[in-house]
Amino acid sequence: MIALSDFLILGAILFAIAVVGIFLNRKNIIIILMAIELMLLAVNMNFIAFSHYLGDISGQIFVFFILTVAAAEAAIGLAILMLVFRNRRSINVNNLDSLKG
Amino acid sequence: MNIEPIVFYLFSTILVLASVAVVTVRNSVFAALFLVLAFFTCAALWILLEAEFLSLVLVLVYVGAVMVLFLFVVMMLDINDTLLREGFTKYLIPGGLVAIVIIVEMAIVVGPENFGLDKFADPVARAADYSNTKELGMLLYTDYVYPFELAAVLLLVAIIAAISLTMRRRPETKYQDPAKQILVRREDRVRVVKMESEKIKE
Repeated sequence: MIALSDFLILGAILFAIAVVGIFLNRKNIIIILMAIELMLLAVNMNFIAFSHYLGDISGQIFVFFILTVAAAEAAIGLAILMLVFRNRRSINVNNLDSLKG
Repeated sequence: MNIEPIVFYLFSTILVLASVAVVTVRNSVFAALFLVLAFFTCAALWILLEAEFLSLVLVLVYVGAVMVLFLFVVMMLDINDTLLREGFTKYLIPGGLVAIVIIVEMAIVVGPENFGLDKFADPVARAADYSNTKELGMLLYTDYVYPFELAAVLLLVAIIAAISLTMRRRPETKYQDPAKQILVRREDRVRVVKMESEKIKE
């Protein structure tokens, strides 16, 4: 049988991979956005696992809202990315220093 | 022979490998495609947890909309992948160490001692006519109706923000304004000039 801890450890592994993804791809905004999506996926996995094992469906409602917020975040993030590329001709994080005096 | 552990371990292996590939592959298009694979396998795991509605929403909304948006943006931008990967090997060892520490710490806290089967027993499987969607809808439209409407407003704000951020006004573009076209009058366009007829010289 699968225990709740198996799902929680799977969520922890996913979250750790996403954190490392932000470390490794420090320059690439697109990969950073994808790593954030992976983190949200890990959190949703924990919510659904708890919802299943505790028999409370409210956890799934919370996942519903997280999915909504994540979709909005991805849309706005990609729009900002498009603007950055249009103005800077690159998406390298190192080039985003125009606020520096 | 119980099939659930086989499904769980197979799909979680695929999920972990796909997410490792997302953060390590060189090409951003491949990263997006591996993220699609990760979402699909995660949806399968959610079905194992009897969250059918959310797993289908994950496939429809994430794979169908968000990841297509990602792929669209990745392919539209002209990205220099080699320049963006500088520092990758430099941060590989510290990053890996941090990941191992995070996983070990989390495994100690949420491991089988605290959240094992003896603490949280596997619930009895639902009957075949149980509808997860119906239960979710009953709760969503009663107890959580105001947060639901707030989520709708949030999506509207996201739409307006995304459009207004990326909309580009080009002054050189010529376009027609129907209001001005309708409002135009004869005097604006035609001017009748009275003048003496000239004599033709012979």
